[in-house]
Amino acid sequence: MYVAVKGGERAIDNAHAWLAEERRGDTAVAELSLEQIREQMSLAVNRVMAEGSLYDPDLAALAIKQSRGDLIEAVFLIRAYRTTLPRFGYSQSVDTGAMACDRRISATFKDAPGGQVLGATFDYTHRLLDFKLAADGEVPEAPIAAPRMEVTPHITEFLQGEDIIEREPASEATPGDLTREPMSFPAGRAVRLQSLARGDEGFILGMAYSTQRGYARNHAFVGELRIGKVPVEMEIPELGFAIEIGEVELTECETVNQFKGSKTVPPQFTRGYGLVFGQSERKSIAMALVDRALRWEELGEDNLGAAAQDEEFVLSHSDNIQATGFLEHIKLPHYVDFQSELELVRKLRREAQDLAEQMAAREAAE
Amino acid sequence: MSDYNFAYLDEQTKRMIRRAILKGLAVPGYQVPFASREMPMPYGWGTGGVQVTAATLTPDDTLKVIDQGADDTTNAVSIRKFFQRTAGVATTEETTKASVIQTRHRIPEAELSEDQVLVYQVPIPEPLRFLEPRETETRKMHSLEEYGLMHVKLYEDISQHGDIATSYAYPVKVEDRYVMDPSPIPKFDNPKLEMAAIQLFGAGREQRIYAVPPYTRVVSLDFEDYPFEASKADHACDLCAAGDSYLDEVILDDAGSRMFVCSDTDYCRSRRAAGHVGRLGEEAA
Repeated sequence: MYVAVKGGERAIDNAHAWLAEERRGDTAVAELSLEQIREQMSLAVNRVMAEGSLYDPDLAALAIKQSRGDLIEAVFLIRAYRTTLPRFGYSQSVDTGAMACDRRISATFKDAPGGQVLGATFDYTHRLLDFKLAADGEVPEAPIAAPRMEVTPHITEFLQGEDIIEREPASEATPGDLTREPMSFPAGRAVRLQSLARGDEGFILGMAYSTQRGYARNHAFVGELRIGKVPVEMEIPELGFAIEIGEVELTECETVNQFKGSKTVPPQFTRGYGLVFGQSERKSIAMALVDRALRWEELGEDNLGAAAQDEEFVLSHSDNIQATGFLEHIKLPHYVDFQSELELVRKLRREAQDLAEQMAAREAAE
Repeated sequence: MSDYNFAYLDEQTKRMIRRAILKGLAVPGYQVPFASREMPMPYGWGTGGVQVTAATLTPDDTLKVIDQGADDTTNAVSIRKFFQRTAGVATTEETTKASVIQTRHRIPEAELSEDQVLVYQVPIPEPLRFLEPRETETRKMHSLEEYGLMHVKLYEDISQHGDIATSYAYPVKVEDRYVMDPSPIPKFDNPKLEMAAIQLFGAGREQRIYAVPPYTRVVSLDFEDYPFEASKADHACDLCAAGDSYLDEVILDDAGSRMFVCSDTDYCRSRRAAGHVGRLGEEAA
């Protein structure tokens, strides 16, 4: 006999207990430490920090452990934590020109001041499963060179010297912040970049890829990709000057894009920009391509109707926490709405059947 | 990491939300943008309603949370627990004893009073969204009071199906001005939107809050020759014999036997306590 659906509370508690057990897995296997995740799953940690919009490798490692490796769930944990943190103030803009580069490559010049520095990259590895790793993770020490002490200039500065790339005038305007103000359109480039920087890597990648395949192609060259640490400085009111409060690792990508010019602007190169927490090359390159695609209006280009050109479309759907929440909410009970649909479809079917019977009767009479 | 502010949100955020609520009450049916926060539950699971409730609650309030009309559905339990933990307010399952009621997809059957606030969880606040996906366009349509598209949609329903084929989230016009989505309540509940209580609507993911003040005129869109009809299953509740409540249909066995029960669990419980017995009432007791 029907028993009213009671006991939701106990079911939830039990589900949580089971989840905790599943997360731990076989207790005969040693438990993962946060240090292990932080040190050995660092690219996952980076992604969680980037999309979670919070630079804290230890918390990101905790989120990854708690979420059983589901990175979107980990990003969610970080975002929900981040939103409770008080804001003391804002740092000064970081100077990526002063970055201590671990990696710095240019696809547009064979060599340039600062050189090509491959750094720790998968790029030229052969993707062969290394079965030795399964047994023994020990690695020989990598050779060490003396660090470059000079500043590594941005590649685009050289193009700017020739005045062949668009100028990017400095602005003192306070950029918008989509975590404090509701998004409205047009959002402007600063908010667009903020949104892309915390957007889902897979979504941004797909959008960028679509531009490469002809949906608003923008002929991007990777002018420069650089990864490294930059100091973060903040002005302390009591002191009256800025002090360094820490450093963050960033990946920055500047693309150089062909531009045929418009009525008012001579042919020149234009820019796309990507900046992401941690080592996140794929994301930063994709971000730069999407940024460039979204700039069509400002540069007087045609709207080709491509998804990647559509600011409202891209920004409204790039956040994986919003997307996954709304997608997954359809597993919540919808009995009430479904019941009303059930009644409606039954009624419409009844009416359609009545009509068909009337028609048949009329035909028979004729 | 265990001490949170009363009702989770910090006071600045609550103030920001209250300003949006007041604006919403001043312009009934108008969707007020607000800087929705990330909550510790997923978007789409009531984050808008939770933020509105958090900004509305005082320590003296008594909170009731329902989902599909029921207090014991999993997400209602989860949200109620959240406020028990972060606000420590009294909770109740009795509609009449609650000062704040957060709901998803239903309006309680019992008439609400001037002392009560009803908070709705809203997935898509924009009634025109599925006719026009762009926010930039729909905001323009609202500001120009340009609702022709909606009437054409309802007309096309009639020409195609002989009826308006919308059974929940049925659009309404508030105080002769804004067309509003009443959230996915069954259209059976639409007439109840004119009530004595304050009604607040929160859409977290979409960053919108809107409101219907007490005794505000709320008209379900229709045509003279196809008047709006609040429909429900043509049965009485099998547990409490109510003929006036919205019913859930429950499949009982492999042979497809059904029973119909009140979706509002508190309404059904109080009727049974008062001695009303439905077709299958005793067996269920």
